[in-house]
Amino acid sequence: MHAVIRRVGLALLLYALVVTLVFVLVRAAPGDAADFLIPPNATAADAAQLRAQLGLDASPLVQYARWIGGVLRGDLGTSFVERRSVSSLLVDALPFSIWLGATSLALTFIIGVAVGAWQGSRRRGAGDTAVTIVTTAIYAAPSFWLALGLVALFTAGAARWGFPVALRLPAFGFRDPSAEAHGLAAVADIVRHSIIPVSVLALIGAAGIARYTRTIVADLAGQEFVRCAVAKGVSRASVIRHHVLRNAWPPLIVLAALALPGLVAGSVFVESIFAWPGMGRTMLRAIAARDYPIVMGATLIYAAAVIAANAAVDVLLPVVDPRRRT
Amino acid sequence: MNRTARVALGGLLLLALASWLVPLFSAADPLAIGDVVGQRLLAPGARDASGTWHLLGTDRFGRDLFTRMMLAGRVSLAIGVGGSLLAAAIGVLIGAASGWFGGWLDRAVMAAADALLSIPRLILLLLCAALWRPGVATVVFVLAATGWMGVARLIRAEVQGLRARAYVDAARTAGASERRLLLHHVLPNAMGPAIVAATLGVGNAILLEAGLAFLGLGVQPPDPSWGNLIAGGRDLIVNAPWVAVAPGLALIVTVTCCTLLGDAMRDRLAGERLLGERA
Repeated sequence: MHAVIRRVGLALLLYALVVTLVFVLVRAAPGDAADFLIPPNATAADAAQLRAQLGLDASPLVQYARWIGGVLRGDLGTSFVERRSVSSLLVDALPFSIWLGATSLALTFIIGVAVGAWQGSRRRGAGDTAVTIVTTAIYAAPSFWLALGLVALFTAGAARWGFPVALRLPAFGFRDPSAEAHGLAAVADIVRHSIIPVSVLALIGAAGIARYTRTIVADLAGQEFVRCAVAKGVSRASVIRHHVLRNAWPPLIVLAALALPGLVAGSVFVESIFAWPGMGRTMLRAIAARDYPIVMGATLIYAAAVIAANAAVDVLLPVVDPRRRT
Repeated sequence: MNRTARVALGGLLLLALASWLVPLFSAADPLAIGDVVGQRLLAPGARDASGTWHLLGTDRFGRDLFTRMMLAGRVSLAIGVGGSLLAAAIGVLIGAASGWFGGWLDRAVMAAADALLSIPRLILLLLCAALWRPGVATVVFVLAATGWMGVARLIRAEVQGLRARAYVDAARTAGASERRLLLHHVLPNAMGPAIVAATLGVGNAILLEAGLAFLGLGVQPPDPSWGNLIAGGRDLIVNAPWVAVAPGLALIVTVTCCTLLGDAMRDRLAGERLLGERA
């Protein structure tokens, strides 16, 4: 319990550092928010008034105190363009990103661990080499490029080569605006819209996880407790499941937290390409419109997710791995 | 060096050579827009009205795609290598100082690294790209500013381990200055992991640059980079798929070569260390 409190405290301290860092970065950039809001024909007095209104005339220290105070109260400022509070804007977008990220992460692990375990138990075979080439290539492929390819395949390709109707998938959006809004039909509509975006993220993620799992499983397979289990006649499948994978879980859980930044990066591109109304797309639109409060707010939420995931892993590891209990 | 590493290094050198030479000897100007209607979106291997042969076809403005792709390769490779090298240099400097001097400097530097690592790198890049004007120099600088932490941590750990070794004490007893100890005795032995990380970092930097360019926050058209070439082929993906497919394949080959090369170097380093410890 003591260790958990200590770890949470450490995470909060780190988050405070990130909040400071974002403030410093934005302050260090040339110009300030008012430069983008002041119309070209405004007088100097108007400009000064706007700066005072935005609190930009205060000293950096006062502005920093306001920024920290705002973050503590959950107040991330007001969007320049939409004239709405940044936190409410981001909270609206968050569920879409969590749905996309959570389904992708789950599929990433199911596919990646299965493929990697299969490879690791047949290391250096023809099948292993073939799969390694495929995973290495997918791992190197940019997510936006894979996304474009899958869209072409499942829309134009599906029409040209006469795919069954179930495989003709929508190319963008979270749901069909004209479709049934309630019940099972709505869920089915959302799932259909999710297939390509989730596949892109899960493919790239699974390729990375498979590469790691293969190494972990191959290393474990050479260890004495595994040879002992094989020698006493335990079946191959059982050895892999109960002896090898049981010991592979701790490093894989660490990997889940390490995979999060990559997943975030992928989801930004995927949300942009598929017009997915999540955080990534909100952030990109804000960047195009120079709407800094949203960009800063989104950065903080992404950082919070990464810090929380890392802390959760440190707390979870002793639960999964008895050797780490103190 | 094993066979995979040789093939990967050869592939990278070939690509670098081609991207340097092809635009020099190409008949067509890769930036100029000529007879758009007659020459636009020719398929790979087609000849245009004047009889010029286009290996990879042409883009929507009738420009030769192969020449543009090789020109983009210059930009992408230069940014990838430059960004990664600069990041590694900063990382070595900061990590060495942090590990050697310790104390408050070490704590402050590692806290900053932890904070930077808590923000996903793409998000950090987007934030910086939004705050400063996009362009080649900005992208290289931002890649370096967001990429030094991994190398710094590796070097710091190495330096901390080496600092207490007997041969360092011996050199100190022999009268070597602190500067000489760090630069001539400790750092050369600490560089291995940093070189591996920098090699793997090249592929990563190329991918990130492509991503920024795809989003319109990196290299700006008409200057080509693999990322903005793919962006240019985005709405042609059905009617003229080669425009986006070709630069994507170039990216995959380059990044795969960097990964294979880095992996091979890491395996070799691990093997050497194992031998060194046994000896």
